[in-house]
Amino acid sequence: MRYSAFRILKEGLTGNRGWTPVWREPEPKPAYDIVIVGGGGHGLSTAYYLAKEFGVTNVAVLEKGWLGSGNIGRNTTIIRSNYMLPGNEPFYEFSMKLWEGLEQDFNYNAMVSQRGILNLAHSDPQRDGYARRGNAMRMAGADAVLLDADGVRKLCPFLDFDNARFPIRAGLWQPRGGTVRHDAVAWGYARGADSRGIDIIQNCEVTGFQIKDGVCSGVETSRGTIAAKKVAVCVAGSSSHVMAKAGMRLPIESHVLQAFVSEGLKPVIPGVVTFGAGHFYVSQSDKGGLVFGGDIDGYNTYAQRGNLPVVEDVCEGGMALMPMIGRARLLRMWGGIMDMSMDGSPFIDKTHIDGLYFNGGWCYGGFKATPASGFCYAHLLARDEPHPTATEMRLDRFSRGRPIDEKGMGAQPNLH
Amino acid sequence: MIIDHPLLGPRDAAEFYVLGDASLIERPDWQDDNAAAAFDSYMHLRDNPAGEHRELWFHEQGDRSWLVVTRNTLTHEVVKVELARDVALALGRST
Repeated sequence: MRYSAFRILKEGLTGNRGWTPVWREPEPKPAYDIVIVGGGGHGLSTAYYLAKEFGVTNVAVLEKGWLGSGNIGRNTTIIRSNYMLPGNEPFYEFSMKLWEGLEQDFNYNAMVSQRGILNLAHSDPQRDGYARRGNAMRMAGADAVLLDADGVRKLCPFLDFDNARFPIRAGLWQPRGGTVRHDAVAWGYARGADSRGIDIIQNCEVTGFQIKDGVCSGVETSRGTIAAKKVAVCVAGSSSHVMAKAGMRLPIESHVLQAFVSEGLKPVIPGVVTFGAGHFYVSQSDKGGLVFGGDIDGYNTYAQRGNLPVVEDVCEGGMALMPMIGRARLLRMWGGIMDMSMDGSPFIDKTHIDGLYFNGGWCYGGFKATPASGFCYAHLLARDEPHPTATEMRLDRFSRGRPIDEKGMGAQPNLH
Repeated sequence: MIIDHPLLGPRDAAEFYVLGDASLIERPDWQDDNAAAAFDSYMHLRDNPAGEHRELWFHEQGDRSWLVVTRNTLTHEVVKVELARDVALALGRST
């Protein structure tokens, strides 16, 4: 069923009796060409692009819980392509371009809102760093504008410009950045994949892999064994846990990132604003709540909740940047589990086991990458060669001395 | 989380810095024939278990001792706290 204004009108006049479920609830078949493990944003977008761009439809997506129950439903909904390194920036800009045409492409309202993202600089060297980053972005075809303090003041007059410790000197503004309705992304991709014949199977946990002589030929699940020519793991947050079933150790630690929403306020924050001196970023949802977050907690965890010291730290960052929010009350907070990789960058790669593929290590940048991650993973699965924008996201890049270390922190996952 | 420091008693986790998996104590032998592969694995690969995990904590805002904390990554329960020095000595390493 195609969604349109005309359809809404027609259904409204005929008692809304014509709507059908957005996706089917199929029973798993005994065998598929490709089984995707993980029905989150990346798994569903992989399925969607496999069907739409590469014509592969004998595919199942296996999800342990319900669709979009992981990090696609727990993030802070920001999209941006303000990376610097050649291994990253073309990929994230490709993702941004896919976001821009996404709603028309999959005929679903994902509320893509390009309201811009502003990174603040608080010292001259930091401004120079942003000038360099902005140039790298523009060389990769993205948009970037270096603002002086007056330029920032025009956009966000409410910031604490003359703070004694961290005065605001400049900003790097990416007008095409913004926010997207995160759940709708999962639902739109699921609908697009399902309507092209892909089976989306919920409540189906993968309990093991069928691996013999270095070849993976299927998965064992809570709903029986499913054979597959290719198995594509896509379970960021649980990557180490799942890949351990295939006997693999990964360059990944699991950490919790907390996010917060304030009570609804009148429109005040124009886009996404990030503090350059602490770790705090904020946007305002369409309902008016301030959506914000900061650092990961810093210790390995699989519990989807964090601890209070980081809550305090994030809120202090917010107060330092925009003291006006001091009277706003915190409405909700939650945590999501991140695959923190050794260099802060992701993996889209084959493994050393034939027929087993891996996508993960997204750190806290997975949401913005959802379209390109799916597209590039589908490219790899369908053609057995990486997409041109994802050639450096290899699992063996550390042993080759080729990390993509955007922050220059080294092999220290809790610092990325 | 409260870390029951072997010398100082219960301390708030916020006083500590977490380095990661306690396997980092077992630095490979740089003269071994396999040293390159061993260091790659030592530096970059992690077990990252869902359950009990032994990890290195540094008491940065306290007595600046290194601890080996055994903690459950599913529940945040702290099971055991040892001085990293004792653990290293028990492994036959110098401190």
